[in-house]
Amino acid sequence: MKLFCFGCVWSSLGSVKGHGDCGAESLHSLYCQWATIRIEKGVKKPQPQMLKIPAANGIIERDETPMEKEIAGLHRMEFRFSDIFYFCRKGFEAIVEDEVTQRFSSEELVSWNLLTRTNVNFHYVSLRLTVVWVIGVMVRYCFLLPLRFTLAAIGITSMIVGTTVVGQLPNGSLKNYLSEVVHLTCSRILVRALSGTIHYHNKENKPQKGGICVANHTSPIDAIILTNDGCYAMVGQVHGGLMGVIQRATVKACPHVWFERSEIKDRHLVTKRLREHVADKNKLPILIFPEGTCINNTSVMMFKKGSFEIGGTIYPVAIKYDPQFGDAFWNSSKYNIVSYLLRIMTSWAIVCHVWYMPPMVRKEGEDAVQFANRVRSAIARQGGLTELPWDGGLKRAKVKDSFKEEQQKNYSKMLVRNGSQGNLPAGTESD
Amino acid sequence: MRKSKRSRRRRASPTVRSLACTVASPASTKAKMALLDLFIRTCCILALLSREDFQRIPELAINPLGDRIINAFFSEGEDQVNFRGFMRTLAHFRPIEDNEKSKDQNGPEPLNSRSNKLHFAFRLYDLDKDDKISRDELLQVLRMMVGVNISDEQLGSIADRTIQEADQDGDCAISFAEFVKVLEKVDVEQKMSIRFLH
Repeated sequence: MKLFCFGCVWSSLGSVKGHGDCGAESLHSLYCQWATIRIEKGVKKPQPQMLKIPAANGIIERDETPMEKEIAGLHRMEFRFSDIFYFCRKGFEAIVEDEVTQRFSSEELVSWNLLTRTNVNFHYVSLRLTVVWVIGVMVRYCFLLPLRFTLAAIGITSMIVGTTVVGQLPNGSLKNYLSEVVHLTCSRILVRALSGTIHYHNKENKPQKGGICVANHTSPIDAIILTNDGCYAMVGQVHGGLMGVIQRATVKACPHVWFERSEIKDRHLVTKRLREHVADKNKLPILIFPEGTCINNTSVMMFKKGSFEIGGTIYPVAIKYDPQFGDAFWNSSKYNIVSYLLRIMTSWAIVCHVWYMPPMVRKEGEDAVQFANRVRSAIARQGGLTELPWDGGLKRAKVKDSFKEEQQKNYSKMLVRNGSQGNLPAGTESD
Repeated sequence: MRKSKRSRRRRASPTVRSLACTVASPASTKAKMALLDLFIRTCCILALLSREDFQRIPELAINPLGDRIINAFFSEGEDQVNFRGFMRTLAHFRPIEDNEKSKDQNGPEPLNSRSNKLHFAFRLYDLDKDDKISRDELLQVLRMMVGVNISDEQLGSIADRTIQEADQDGDCAISFAEFVKVLEKVDVEQKMSIRFLH
């Protein structure tokens, strides 16, 4: 325990090398393994089903036979009462376990990581485990939280002060250099404030100036994670409060693109401004999250095509958090930003992997949607995430009717086709 | 402070749903049932689902028969379903196990018997719950399934043909017995079952 605490202090006090972090990380994973073994030993009665719900695979056996094969089959009549079975079963499979809504809440873990927030399926197992958990709570809230909070305060203050000072300088290479230094230093302090351990892979593919960096979105701290390793021009909406102060300060030093709320609705204006930014090869690469909303880091949802219409080179980046140390997903319908940050700062750590991928450009004859899907597949493959064609906006909005109409169309094709079969000689249709 | 009705209603999260469904699986033992009973009593007492909660599932919202399926959960005049009701409807989709066939012959028929599965499908067609599928009802369900892609006349003739072929007592409507007769060769157990992975 002492070594573990020492490791945590070391990492949160901002050691430059990864040494202390690796130490804390491996100790923590040992700690969690021990706790898992304790859970398994402590359970004397037959293991309840709840502990074994697999996180990655589904809980039901899905029949992926397409509609055509299942219904058309050996039909001699046009319509059969049994056609309804297909829709019925699909509907119930969706009710039991659907692919989409589970992405808007935190991932279920296979083994507990000693945080109450992830123990929805767990219950009291043994006294020893509860004692361990209580010690964990004390360490996290009484020891780690104040340290992290102080660091975060230092980080934010120095960012505001630093960028304001640099912003006073005349435009030139000195200003750019200093602004880079300030941004990097402050975001490193902030990452330490979250006890973040980030592993960067394939650094040779890092986004270059005049490009667009595209990544999957899990939480607001994605931006800080990426800024830790290089400078980007952020794109976003103007906020009020502390966030607004930070935005106004940073835009003086570095050409970030902040939009007013009214401007966002005008897509052409947005595209125009971004195009101008990309065209200037001296400007930093833009950072965009095309999903448009936070997804729980188990899958990548539909990419909005707007970012892919701008032109320029796309640098995809895949970010994968390790859920064992803390859940980085921001469920914005459940928690506001303050309680989210509090949860992050009372987790064990934020451990993530960032993969820089080779740049991609739009091919001849490929439209924005196809290009977006291509980039999305590449990111999903690299990060080990599943790929879903659904829109992240389904978190709040209803699904479009056009999908239902497509299904209806497919079914009616079968009915009409079968209906006109009466005129064809037997043996000519292929199934 | 009085909580509003809305805040008291808890949306059935994916965890509750998946938990409910593991109970419906045939492999549950008595110990697991007892544990889940405790879970239900402590957590799910106030958990109620409304139609909007079902419609938030995208894959169900795009199902042409989505509304009929959602209706199957709610009993007459009710617009909220509790955990027990939810489970009862889901139980229709339990696969039929061989060792259950020889069980208690005198007891009430289990919800997932072939006959009850067929009855469930029958109720999807029978919109006014009069135990008969009339031509109008069949037309309405067909219209849900094909959308705007088939004309009224064609759809009407499809419905007429179907009823003509299935109707035996000449009342131009399908009763449950006639429905069962039409589907006697169909593998209902396989088509109307959901298997759980363990």
